[in-house]
Amino acid sequence: MFPNFPIWPVRAATSASNLDALFIFLLCVTGMVTLLIFILITVFALRYRRTLVEKSTPILGSVALETTWSLVPFGIFLIFFVWGAVIYFQERTAPADSMEIYVVAKQWMWKLEHADGQREINELHVPVDRDVKLIMTSQDVIHSFFVPAFRLKQDVLPGRYTTLWFHAIRPGTYHLFCAEYCGTQHSGMIGSIVVMNPAAYEAWLSGGGGEGSLASTGQKLFQQLGCGSCHRSDTQGRGPNLVGMFGKPVLLEDGRTVVADENYVRESILNPGAKIVAGFKNIMPSFQGVVNEEQLLSLIAYVKSLQGSQQREPVSNRPAVPNVSAQPRVK
Amino acid sequence: MASATTITAEREHYLNADYGMRSWFFTTDHKRIALLYLISITFFFFIGGFFALLIRLELLTPQGDLVQADTYNKLFSMHGQVMIFFFLIPAVPAVLGNFLIPMMIGAKDLAFPRINLLSWYLFIIGGGLMLYTILTGGVDTGWTFYVPLSTAYLGTHVVLAAVSIFIAGFSSILTGLNFIVTIHRMRAPGMTWGRMPLFLWSNYATAIIQVLGTPVLAISLSLVGLERLFHLGVFNPQLGGDPLLFQHLFWFYSHPAVYIMILPGMGVVSEVIPCFSRKRVFGYEFVALASIGIAVLGFLVWAHHMFVAGISVYSAMVFSFFSYLVAVPSAIKVFNWTATMYKGKIYYSTPMLYAMGFIGLFTMGGMTGLFLAALGVDVHVTDTYFIVAHFHYIMVGGMVMAYLAGLHFWWPKISGRMYPEAWGKLAAMTIFIGFNLTFFPQFILGWTGMPRRYHAYPPEFQVLNVLSTAGSTVLAVGYLLPMVYFLWSLRYGKEAGDNPWGAAGLEWKTASPPPTYNFEETPVVTWEAYNYEELPKEVPVVG
Repeated sequence: MFPNFPIWPVRAATSASNLDALFIFLLCVTGMVTLLIFILITVFALRYRRTLVEKSTPILGSVALETTWSLVPFGIFLIFFVWGAVIYFQERTAPADSMEIYVVAKQWMWKLEHADGQREINELHVPVDRDVKLIMTSQDVIHSFFVPAFRLKQDVLPGRYTTLWFHAIRPGTYHLFCAEYCGTQHSGMIGSIVVMNPAAYEAWLSGGGGEGSLASTGQKLFQQLGCGSCHRSDTQGRGPNLVGMFGKPVLLEDGRTVVADENYVRESILNPGAKIVAGFKNIMPSFQGVVNEEQLLSLIAYVKSLQGSQQREPVSNRPAVPNVSAQPRVK
Repeated sequence: MASATTITAEREHYLNADYGMRSWFFTTDHKRIALLYLISITFFFFIGGFFALLIRLELLTPQGDLVQADTYNKLFSMHGQVMIFFFLIPAVPAVLGNFLIPMMIGAKDLAFPRINLLSWYLFIIGGGLMLYTILTGGVDTGWTFYVPLSTAYLGTHVVLAAVSIFIAGFSSILTGLNFIVTIHRMRAPGMTWGRMPLFLWSNYATAIIQVLGTPVLAISLSLVGLERLFHLGVFNPQLGGDPLLFQHLFWFYSHPAVYIMILPGMGVVSEVIPCFSRKRVFGYEFVALASIGIAVLGFLVWAHHMFVAGISVYSAMVFSFFSYLVAVPSAIKVFNWTATMYKGKIYYSTPMLYAMGFIGLFTMGGMTGLFLAALGVDVHVTDTYFIVAHFHYIMVGGMVMAYLAGLHFWWPKISGRMYPEAWGKLAAMTIFIGFNLTFFPQFILGWTGMPRRYHAYPPEFQVLNVLSTAGSTVLAVGYLLPMVYFLWSLRYGKEAGDNPWGAAGLEWKTASPPPTYNFEETPVVTWEAYNYEELPKEVPVVG
């Protein structure tokens, strides 16, 4: 009647192995202390029950004991804290050369877009033994991308990008759940992560897609919307040159510096006046309501692909000239 | 004491001092107001419990077959809202606190008796609105009202539910205010801070949180209402708002609210264990200060509800650290209660069984809290059944057990009658077993990955869900039993006498039930709290 009865989730990513070690440690330590308290209560209740004891012995307390049972637990807590924080820090820091996949959540489905143009719904195919980074946003309410086999979860918010990365170690099909209550069909917003051997993954890649890479979709859109008339790939544009800009610090009109990441590009498309690049005017119209979440992601993928030839150097406030690597940056 | 039977029947006390609806609905007697609260929150407890049973029945099978998805979402939302705002938060303070605080400090009433009555009316207005919300279609926001779901995507009575909680919140604030002033200003001669029973310390700590925290809940719910009605644009990103701002505001109250719920329960346990161990509480000062420590540190941990919500890595680390810090005073309390039993003379009376159950279950709830405070672990188990199990171990295993311990312990004082001891023990055991059967499997469900608030679930989770549902029916029987025998005891229970437990504390030095003004003359306190070495070494009424 019952197909199976798991008490331990499958371990299918490096993050899962790291976490399970801490979890087992926590189980052992807290289990021992809980057991100790249960035993003490039971022993005291039996040993000092009213029929065995003529009269209770007055005891006020003991500062030594109080100090011990304050400081020792606190010391143990510090171990939990540091270990948990180290794992969290690793989980939140994606390796630089991760393969990027875009996730758009909506009531009540997951839309997944690969860099090569494959699109999936409620199913994500990834290769084993690769670092994969998800860049996620929501079209409506807050959702949460949860893969128990990876021990990973990240809320997916409207209006911004959150990220999650993993390194799968075991081919198979694993649950993908929405873990943040999102309305009627919350429990139906489930899917699967298919972790594949490299060969199988290559075969899968060649079978799908068809619309061209995400960046090329973004390039078409970039042209359709006329973005290129201002964001020219030389120094003459009315908007900043986007070549080689992504991932670099950008100096703003008000003197601040921001890193041109996904959230910055997104904001600059939807609310261009929010952070003006130094040396430019606030003349760009908002594209709020003009481009949807998926089109935004393709535009971001396109901007990312514009790496030009000065990838290693920081971008200054003025547009840089592409393909002339020796050219010094104009102020 | 048993010879007092005939005298009590004649004697005037708070219950027979006056008759008629008016004498109850316009009373300013803290004891009568406590009873008004007792009846109201019991009503809400069974409504919330009924929703819980329907939830468990739905989860008996993996498919969503008993109720529709929207109905299920309403069930868990209303279960949470009713249980938290209309049962757990008022339970110990408004019932036992109201009844006992003036008596424990040797006062005639609270500092502001009319404001106390106003608190109850606000509670009833809030509760009435919540009932209206339920009866006219309900609400499906969860108890957390997360935006932008609640402000822009749901078609249910979100504003109505928010208003009802907003109003009930003021009831909580006024009760807290009343307690703070009462404890500061109304103590009998000789009742110094260092001689106060620990129940007062923990209710004092609770009152601080109620007064400082609840206004922030009122602010967050008002903003939800304004955004929903007038598109204010505070939280919804499409209107230029920030959804994480709501979570910060909401948890700034709602995490300390956890301590509003548990601290008074800790106070009850601190009274019951010394009495049935016939012994002073171990480390009085440490238990007292731990309450204050929890109240203060409790305000610094709210974002541990948001580790996967998209906050920065470094702020998450700060909140993880403070979460471990706030666990220390709780640990101190558990060790002190346990040590109090050492070399005592222990009675297995019903309140003591509940109190021992409380220590065990609260310990398990606290220990699993240590898992959740660890950042990496939280990422996996948050928003799963692990967290559902964790907070039910604190709220139900801890708080409800403590509330029942207190209700049994002070029932002789409240009603003047003894409840039937054998039935009391049976109910305590039933609740303990039913509780563990209901909630322990949920730890495993959560660890293996079952998300919370799921109407339907993958079939491999069924075995544990069936166990949990089975447990919930046992638990339901366990909760109905005291309801029945308490009512029975009002008529058929043995006369209790002034101090059936031979307990310390001023409330036991007056008659049962107490006279309207509690004491014939203001007591003068010349002894320390829990002076069991000066009291009878036996419990007069052995259960």
